[in-house]
Amino acid sequence: MKDWLLQLQKVSKIFGGIHALSEVSCTVPRGEIVGIIGPNGAGKTTLFNVITGAYLADSGNVLLDDQFVTNWAPYRIVRSGIARTFQNIRLFPSMTVWEHLLVAQQHSGSIFRRLLPTAWADPAACERAEEVLDFFDLTAVRDREARSLPYGIQRRVEMARAVTMKPKLLLLDEPVAGMNQEEAENIRQLMLRLRETGLAILLIEHDMNFVMNLCSYLYVLDFGILIAEGSPTEVRNNPVVLDAYLGQDADA
Amino acid sequence: MSTYYAGLFADAGILLLGALSVYIILATGQLSLGNAGFMGIGAYITSYLTVMVGIPLTPALIIAAIISGIIGVIVGFPALRLKGIYLAIATLGFAEMVRSFLLNFDTMGGSGGFHGMKHVTVGYIWIWSGGILLLVMILERSRIWLEMRAVHDDETAAGLVGLNTVAIKIGAFGFGSAIAAIAGGLFAHHHVYIEPGNFGFERSVDFVLAVILGGSTAAPGALVGSILLVFLPEMLRSLADWRMAGFGALLVIVLLVRRQGILDRALLRRLTFSKAAS
Repeated sequence: MKDWLLQLQKVSKIFGGIHALSEVSCTVPRGEIVGIIGPNGAGKTTLFNVITGAYLADSGNVLLDDQFVTNWAPYRIVRSGIARTFQNIRLFPSMTVWEHLLVAQQHSGSIFRRLLPTAWADPAACERAEEVLDFFDLTAVRDREARSLPYGIQRRVEMARAVTMKPKLLLLDEPVAGMNQEEAENIRQLMLRLRETGLAILLIEHDMNFVMNLCSYLYVLDFGILIAEGSPTEVRNNPVVLDAYLGQDADA
Repeated sequence: MSTYYAGLFADAGILLLGALSVYIILATGQLSLGNAGFMGIGAYITSYLTVMVGIPLTPALIIAAIISGIIGVIVGFPALRLKGIYLAIATLGFAEMVRSFLLNFDTMGGSGGFHGMKHVTVGYIWIWSGGILLLVMILERSRIWLEMRAVHDDETAAGLVGLNTVAIKIGAFGFGSAIAAIAGGLFAHHHVYIEPGNFGFERSVDFVLAVILGGSTAAPGALVGSILLVFLPEMLRSLADWRMAGFGALLVIVLLVRRQGILDRALLRRLTFSKAAS
């Protein structure tokens, strides 16, 4: 029996008669990187939105650590241990990198710690932020406002913000979209190092080569239906997948 | 200090509190055009407590702030469903509601106004204004403030990094309302006479104007805005009848040159750095 961190049980989401997700079941084991692939509009981001509580599931269950978190308020789901990033980066434009890392630690400390100046009321939070800053190699841009940062760094800041919350599971929505080879490799290395710290990652991605080398297990979504799953090699050779998704760019 | 200037300083101190009450709510991305309503609530409750009940001003102010804060929280709940211009209109409606209520509230003089308060000095007013300004500046270094700014910048993302956006927005409303009430209590005890017309739409606009003019991203901006708003028209006395027109033109020019207001976080950072260096 595997040690499941996240379990989705027959999750469905319907938008005005259209089944964005139909009975999707999948699992993420502790400490592993799992990928979700599929063509545009397959329901990948919808799945993330249901897991994080941004959308309400119409049926089915989401379990984190054997606890039902289905349709909880987003902030409660986050506090129970699921952090995410967005496909179109969502930082707080007027806030500095450092402030992003502090604000994400709302779970740590009493109301008094939150009301008093963080620098002396909550050294633990500052230490944590410093640690993450270092891990993501963001020390040089510590005091820059998010809106003034280049795209690639904004992605790293968003991941760093999520990691600061000490989640059990990290959801990454196309973390290397729009990046060049070097930047993407940089993110890949970060993900591997994060896995070493015991963090489980659920990843949405388009770039096939990227997930092939990274994920231990893959799910393939198409029109809201799970059409295949398995190890990257199995999925790559699955004719259904080739037909639905890989057909046009199998060796992309 | 002449009585004339003392009066201006007192007005600036009261305006500063009103501006801070708007600033705190604006920090979460909500524009309130109804803070004169909370100011009116504070003015009448404080005056009732000092004149009719006979308790000293300081505890009366604190009681009024707490009651107004609670009313702010209650008003904040329906306001959660409204954003931007719609919220501004709803808060404006609330302030008008308060004004009409006071007009018909005969226990406190109704349209005839209310008097009997003991005059307070400009020094006492500035202890409150300066104290609360300092409090807000300390709060600006806390994580709560970062959470408020996160809600301001991107409410959805704030929720998805674990912030309870509802509590943050309502809390800001309550805190802002409490400060507006203190402004009202001080106003009542400085002018020793209040009437519902004191707490009309123009005053709400004054608060917002002080924040926008001084800079809406740092608390000292409210100080700069309040001082300018009170003293600038006085300095333009040479323009006689054209005074307010000249004042309006100056406002437009300032906002054209510095859209973010006179003070902003970047400028403030530069100022404090240069001070540290010298």
